[in-house]
Amino acid sequence: MDVVVCLKQVPARDAALRLSPAGNWIETFDASPEMNEPDAYALEEALRLKERHGGSVTAFSAGPPEAASVLREALAKGADAAVLIEGEGLEQADPLRTARLLAAGIRRKPFDLVLTGLQSDDAGFGQTGVVLAELLDVPHAAIVVEIAAEGDRLTVKQELEAGWFQKVEMTAPALLTIQSGINKVRYATLMGIKKARTKPLERIPAAELGVSVEPAQKIAKLYAPQKSKQTQMLTGSAKEQAEALVEKLRFEARVL
Amino acid sequence: MSVVVVIELQDGAIVPMSWEALVAGGTAADALGESLIAVALGSDLTAIEAQLSAKPVSEVVLLEHPLLERYTADGYVAALASAFAELKPKLALFPHTYQVRDFGPKLAARMGRAFVSDAVGLGVEDGRPVFVRQMFQGKFQADVTVEGEGTVFASIQSGSFRADVLVDGPASPLRRLDVALSADQIRTKPLERFRETAGAVDLSSAERIVSVGRGIKDPENLPLVEKLAAALGAEVAASRPICDNGWLPLERQVGSSGQTVAPKLYLALGISGAIQHVVGMKGSKTIVAVNKDASAPIFEIADYGIVGDLFEVAPALIEALERSS
Repeated sequence: MDVVVCLKQVPARDAALRLSPAGNWIETFDASPEMNEPDAYALEEALRLKERHGGSVTAFSAGPPEAASVLREALAKGADAAVLIEGEGLEQADPLRTARLLAAGIRRKPFDLVLTGLQSDDAGFGQTGVVLAELLDVPHAAIVVEIAAEGDRLTVKQELEAGWFQKVEMTAPALLTIQSGINKVRYATLMGIKKARTKPLERIPAAELGVSVEPAQKIAKLYAPQKSKQTQMLTGSAKEQAEALVEKLRFEARVL
Repeated sequence: MSVVVVIELQDGAIVPMSWEALVAGGTAADALGESLIAVALGSDLTAIEAQLSAKPVSEVVLLEHPLLERYTADGYVAALASAFAELKPKLALFPHTYQVRDFGPKLAARMGRAFVSDAVGLGVEDGRPVFVRQMFQGKFQADVTVEGEGTVFASIQSGSFRADVLVDGPASPLRRLDVALSADQIRTKPLERFRETAGAVDLSSAERIVSVGRGIKDPENLPLVEKLAAALGAEVAASRPICDNGWLPLERQVGSSGQTVAPKLYLALGISGAIQHVVGMKGSKTIVAVNKDASAPIFEIADYGIVGDLFEVAPALIEALERSS
């Protein structure tokens, strides 16, 4: 089974983020980038499918040149090849443009399955995979928590609201967006990191793919969220904070 | 031109979040000076005709076909794409449900358009819709616009608009549009929906909840949370990552993929407050947030906030509770 997995580089979860002077993105240089967490689960699932069924894993990313680091991480964990569709500022591309770029790159070679994370930790539109399925003209399922494959028949378990699930059948080639927590992700071994250096990492300039650079949607303004409540911040030592809170919960909020 | 709201059905009944999307659509239709159309899909929609047409809409459009009996992304996208080619909506809104996450962006892409997912606000500026949505795990909000000519697609997050402002009135006209669908267009086969556990823990009836997030760092630290919960007479709950890691069972998860709760007291320990968690607990009467990061979005919805190390604050709280009881 030849699996393509799409990975995005995003700011680290606990990074302190600051607004850019333009006011519509963050300062990326202090955001210590890492692999988007849901994508890490998708990569792990791709590697497990290869271990079970044979075939290959190719990691794709559309992003700025620095995004190569998440592809190197994928190679170190066991992906066979990687492709970076690169262009300055691509981390800000809207999902339709990103999916068009990925589709143009992925279409170049046959595949059985494309996996993506269900959403990114930065923009969080949660749709690049679903749009990619439309552009590649393959069936898909979003928010998948289990994959069973028999030949080209796939039975996947989809997560629905409030603890409900549903199984869905389809025939490969197909695309699945992977829910976090579907597996336990592996760490790259020293041997893996060494081996990764000999694996192919192709760079395709985004401009060569003939995808429109016009944004489909635009972030006009980014700003700190507006408070919906008056929050009383309790200060002092942990002991003082705790005592003040118990007092307030008992006599002000009356919830104890 | 019109504003279209796509109503979601589950087992033949209208999913409540659809009403919130309809309210959002009504607000936008007024501001844009457009008519409001409710659209529903299914194999036989006779049972919901009256319920839908009583709503303050200019028209109800029904898309009926035997192949729409059960949801499939292929079926819904084909049916809606052909309906939209006829209706040419200026704006198409959807409730931000799991089903919409599965087909909404695909529909927009088929029409060469963007899809603004997970909007928590919607306004109109210079005759065009402007959406508000969270980004960077809730650390920022963004005003988002859609570029180019054609339908503007968006999904509305639960709790962003109040459905209770909808008042039933005289019946609006109903129209059935022809749906051309063939079985070979539908490439996925949905099987039965099911629930994994019987939901042994019903968090929705808990009066007090202590909920724990990534800040707990290690499952070995969970007893501290349990001890605090015991001192408060509270149930223990968690945000998604804790359950993903298997540190607590899935049935204790609060959020869009877990339970929705509204206790008297919700104490969030080391939870940053991403929207997926917040939608499951923002109805709580009193919210307390303990987090080491003063800019964590959880503080925006908290009544009481403590910026500090939960490993110092939680033991101090246990002590203070024991002393004062």
